[in-house]
Amino acid sequence: MDMVLLSRIQFAVTIGFHYFYPPLSIGLGLVLVLMEGLYLRTRNPLYHQLTRFWVRIFGLIFAFGVGTGIVMEFEFGTNWSRYARFVGDIFGSPLAAEGIFAFFLESGFLAVLLFGWERVSPRLHFFSTVMVCLGAHFSAIWIIVANSWMQTPTAYRIVETAVGPRAEITSFWGAVLNPSTGDRLVHTLLGAWQAGAFFVISVAAYYLLKRRHEAFARASIRVALAVAAVASLGQLVSGHSNAVMVAEHQPAKLAAFEGIYETGASADLTIVGWVDEENRTVRGIKIPGLLSWLVGGGTDTVIRGLDEWPASDRPPVQLTFQSYHWMVAIGMVLIALAWGGALLAWRGQLFRWRWLLWIYVLAVLLPQAANQLGWAAAEVGRQPWIVYELMRTADATSDTVTAGQVLFSLILFTVIYLALFVVFIVLLDQKVRKGPLPEDLPPVAEVR
Amino acid sequence: MGSELYNVIWYALVGILLTGYAILDGFDLGTGALHLLARSDRDRRVFLNAIGPFWDGNQVWLVTGGGALFAAFPHVYATAFSGFYVAFILLLFMLIFRGVSIHVRSLRAGRAWRAFWDWAFSASSVIASLLIGVALGNVAWGVPIEAGFRYRGDLLQQIHPYSLLTGIMVVAVFMMHGAIYLVMKTEGDLNQRVRGWVRPCIIFFVLMYAVTTLATLLYLEHMAEPFRRQPLLFLVPALNVLAIANIPREMHLGREVRAFTSSAVAMALLLLLFGLGMFPELIHSRPDVANSLTAYNASSSPLTLKTMLVMAAIGMPLVIGYTIHIYRVFKGKVKLDSMSY
Repeated sequence: MDMVLLSRIQFAVTIGFHYFYPPLSIGLGLVLVLMEGLYLRTRNPLYHQLTRFWVRIFGLIFAFGVGTGIVMEFEFGTNWSRYARFVGDIFGSPLAAEGIFAFFLESGFLAVLLFGWERVSPRLHFFSTVMVCLGAHFSAIWIIVANSWMQTPTAYRIVETAVGPRAEITSFWGAVLNPSTGDRLVHTLLGAWQAGAFFVISVAAYYLLKRRHEAFARASIRVALAVAAVASLGQLVSGHSNAVMVAEHQPAKLAAFEGIYETGASADLTIVGWVDEENRTVRGIKIPGLLSWLVGGGTDTVIRGLDEWPASDRPPVQLTFQSYHWMVAIGMVLIALAWGGALLAWRGQLFRWRWLLWIYVLAVLLPQAANQLGWAAAEVGRQPWIVYELMRTADATSDTVTAGQVLFSLILFTVIYLALFVVFIVLLDQKVRKGPLPEDLPPVAEVR
Repeated sequence: MGSELYNVIWYALVGILLTGYAILDGFDLGTGALHLLARSDRDRRVFLNAIGPFWDGNQVWLVTGGGALFAAFPHVYATAFSGFYVAFILLLFMLIFRGVSIHVRSLRAGRAWRAFWDWAFSASSVIASLLIGVALGNVAWGVPIEAGFRYRGDLLQQIHPYSLLTGIMVVAVFMMHGAIYLVMKTEGDLNQRVRGWVRPCIIFFVLMYAVTTLATLLYLEHMAEPFRRQPLLFLVPALNVLAIANIPREMHLGREVRAFTSSAVAMALLLLLFGLGMFPELIHSRPDVANSLTAYNASSSPLTLKTMLVMAAIGMPLVIGYTIHIYRVFKGKVKLDSMSY
């Protein structure tokens, strides 16, 4: 196998395993702020217990996020050195900013969150929780800035240097606020909130099924359902806004999302389908003209088809199409689960049916799948470019590293990431089985 | 401000991040290197929990250092990590594997299980420290860089007497640092035993320091040159020796916090010495010195360096402020409880 393909597989494997954790940290971070905030407001001991239990789970998730994340920070240098040289002037800053503004904040205050219950006042503890939550969100901001610049590069000029051409920044804020940053940030954060909320719901539903810690589980579900409901509906709006943005700035990607080959008005929206790449068509259930209508507000909106680009400039269509469509489908299911759950919880009927609780136990997988699929659609849909229409992925790898070396690292990383994942599940299972503890209730002096 | 000043400042800032990493992750890597010396299961748990709230956050310094290097000196980032590919992959692997061992060691009570993970934790700590030192040794000794900053690295060529020397010195300094840290964190009988380890660790480090300095002066003229040109710079090694000499003094007086501070200062001065010898080079090229990567030819544009400086000026005081605060919250001896590893 060639070095480019191996490096791409390695990046996909490492980022795929890594991206299991950050959305959970971001989403659970928000849930924690709500839980501890509710405790400070109501002084209901139950919320104290909620916070302490979920903080333990958060600590575990964060540790594994850092562990898997170290590789990401250096992989642009190890495997993508020509990319690093070409874009370092622009792409490096957000990564450094993530370290300075996000990681230190998150990791520092996490120590207080985990080990500081008896050492700091309840207010300072809550402050630490807010800082950890903010840190997790800041992290997302800088990573989305970096990645969005790869999708829709702005505020740069190509400069000839002694060692070849490179992109140099012309305005920091111009590069940060490139056309896709805002839409993609909202989309990513909402996806993370969904992941965190459905994670909490899943564990709590499991307790209800086992008839353990029931009051604790109901309270957890209520807080998480509120987050899930807001995030899931918001995702509908954000998803739409993203598609319109992609249509404008990365038309080849949108064409691959929907499998549109010929440019024209009245483009159809496929609900489920299969791309027949040979005959350049999509088979499946379609709604005539809906894509044009969604993108431009009328069926007369022209959607550019893949035919406009030479074959060498088109993304892989089937993979992009399927990733995108499954992401959207899952998004719809999540709306139903979140709002259905909220409605039933409001009417006091959510905890009645075991089969329904089982669905909520398993639903933890859905936002994770949607997040992975969404990223696959965004990244594969950008191909063959690593920086859209500026640098090709094939020209971005380290030209001094051999395929054999990458195979070695790919095997090593796959093994250690699988091991990490297994260890994570075992530790999570252990913490969930242990459940909330009596000492998670507040010290008597604090209860009014 | 002339734009070249930014390059100098960023050279210093990358050095500061590396120093922060060495001082902080240094004590937990050193604790790892000493781990097997603790005989009983309880003592080993005390060791793990002494670094418990911190080891994860300490690695953030490495991650941020990597990001800062990418932003300020993208060519160094690209050349170093692709050129030291295998060594670096092994380092990352060891750091992750080490994290796994910390987490899973106390999960099961079985004797073989715990022995295996104790061993894994200790070995991965030693190998990670060694690899960091080997990389520093190579950067100073020089590697064959071609035109365009291209460097085809080979792990076997990167392991040579000088880089092994620097590798072992890093293991030694981390062990000394870790031993003093453990004195601060333990009590009773264990504390007495750990106290006894400090002196051999200091001697081990001082020996490695002397031999490495000798080898550097003998073989690496470019490292000695700045001191020849500006004799005032000899203040740095002089202060360094004083800081090292102060460590056993403070230990003897029973002031281990001061001893730890001395050890941290000694490490910072050691890295300052390294930086002064290297400046303005970041990776020395041998045999073709003209291909060396420097603070000037391997950097980002002045605008990026300036923007990043603003970020660092806002961010780093906050980071240092709350890092100190958090260490204060957790000062004192280790107590094992339900949250412990």
